[in-house]
Amino acid sequence: MSEAPAFVTAARLGLASCPDCALVQRLGADGRGRCPRCHAFVTLRKPNSLPRTWAFLLAATVLYPIANLLPIMRSGNLFNAQDDTILSGIAYLWVSGSWPLALVVFVASVLVPLLKIIALSWLALSVQRHARRHRRQRTHLYRLVELVGRWSMLDIFVVTLLSALVQLNSLAEVSAGPGALAFAGVVVFTMLASHSFDPRLIWDGAGRDD
Amino acid sequence: MKALVACPHCDLLQYEVLLAPRATAHCARCGTPLYRRAPCGPERTLAYTLAAAVCFVLANAFPLVALEVSGQRNSTTLLGAIVDLAGQGMELVAALVFATIWLAPLLQLAGLAYLLRARLRVRHARAEIQVLRLLAAIRPWSMVEVFVLGVLVALAKLMHMAQVLPGVALWSLAALMVLLAAALNAFDEHDFWELAAGDEVPQVAGDQAVVQ
Ligand SMILES: [Zn+2]
Ligand SMILES: [Zn+2]
Repeated sequence: MSEAPAFVTAARLGLASCPDCALVQRLGADGRGRCPRCHAFVTLRKPNSLPRTWAFLLAATVLYPIANLLPIMRSGNLFNAQDDTILSGIAYLWVSGSWPLALVVFVASVLVPLLKIIALSWLALSVQRHARRHRRQRTHLYRLVELVGRWSMLDIFVVTLLSALVQLNSLAEVSAGPGALAFAGVVVFTMLASHSFDPRLIWDGAGRDD
Repeated sequence: MKALVACPHCDLLQYEVLLAPRATAHCARCGTPLYRRAPCGPERTLAYTLAAAVCFVLANAFPLVALEVSGQRNSTTLLGAIVDLAGQGMELVAALVFATIWLAPLLQLAGLAYLLRARLRVRHARAEIQVLRLLAAIRPWSMVEVFVLGVLVALAKLMHMAQVLPGVALWSLAALMVLLAAALNAFDEHDFWELAAGDEVPQVAGDQAVVQ
């Protein structure tokens, strides 16, 4: 790797690719256009990418501790009632011997949303500070965030099933708790945040030296 | 004239190259997959889609899981579980679950079947473009595979308090997960856009761009 090649971006030539059909086209003077192939609205970068990303991240950050503190599931029988948070549900799986599943749920419900919020915040910050380093790694991180985000829905599905199944003549009953709503909010908002972020911003301003 | 592609993740402008089947073109600068040649033709993709549709029907017609405690038996279906959740005052969460494991996969199957039928007959129109757009938008919100894992976790939690009997719908869902993924993977979106365009689309004209 002696000489870095000169890279030409679409934006530098006043071109942009259609967000739907990927056709490369010339934009108008105002940086907007209509795709001649599929009539989608084309802009140079996702409009208001950073403010929207931050707004969704803020919503997710506010909901994350609430989702972890409030009970996601309420179970009860004739003698006692019990509130389960995400973490106590994981603990139950762990002590009952299903530790591989406990690990999976921990990663999907606790770790993934948290790391997603941190990773997207870091990406947005690094773009705002015009960071020049690790552009490739940051793009990879963005791809990873997009890929794993959906798995956070796991606990919502578990609660859905348990509350439908355990309705045994009021001997034992399980229902969803308010934590489930907050948690669903975290999943949706982090997914919207990663959709709003435009990874091309990471590369804007990259010259031949990076 | 060679077609241009701009990387969706770093905006690098590149010439499109002809690919072998199953091959994927990656961005020269950031490594993002740009486009690919599908592993098989539309006939095979349609076969996957129809098989997945059969599994979708089965997954809805039969109980998902049954629970048995001292002679008492309780079972639930896919939609039954969602309706139950809504009944507990969790309408929003129930709507999200409905959208991600029922509506999104159904729309994906219907959309694929519609496009493939049109593909086998050649021409394209405005409607097909809308369906293609819909398919792309739905994709992140279709979560059958996450749900299947969720069923396993739920079963693990119940194993100790009751006898758990997996139902026909559970196996159907697992098969739906595999077949839907196969159909989406076999579907050649790139080829579709090319056909949707016909010849009327102007290439980016008048650019003597130096492209890597
Ligand atoms: Zn387009
Ligand atoms: Zn790239």
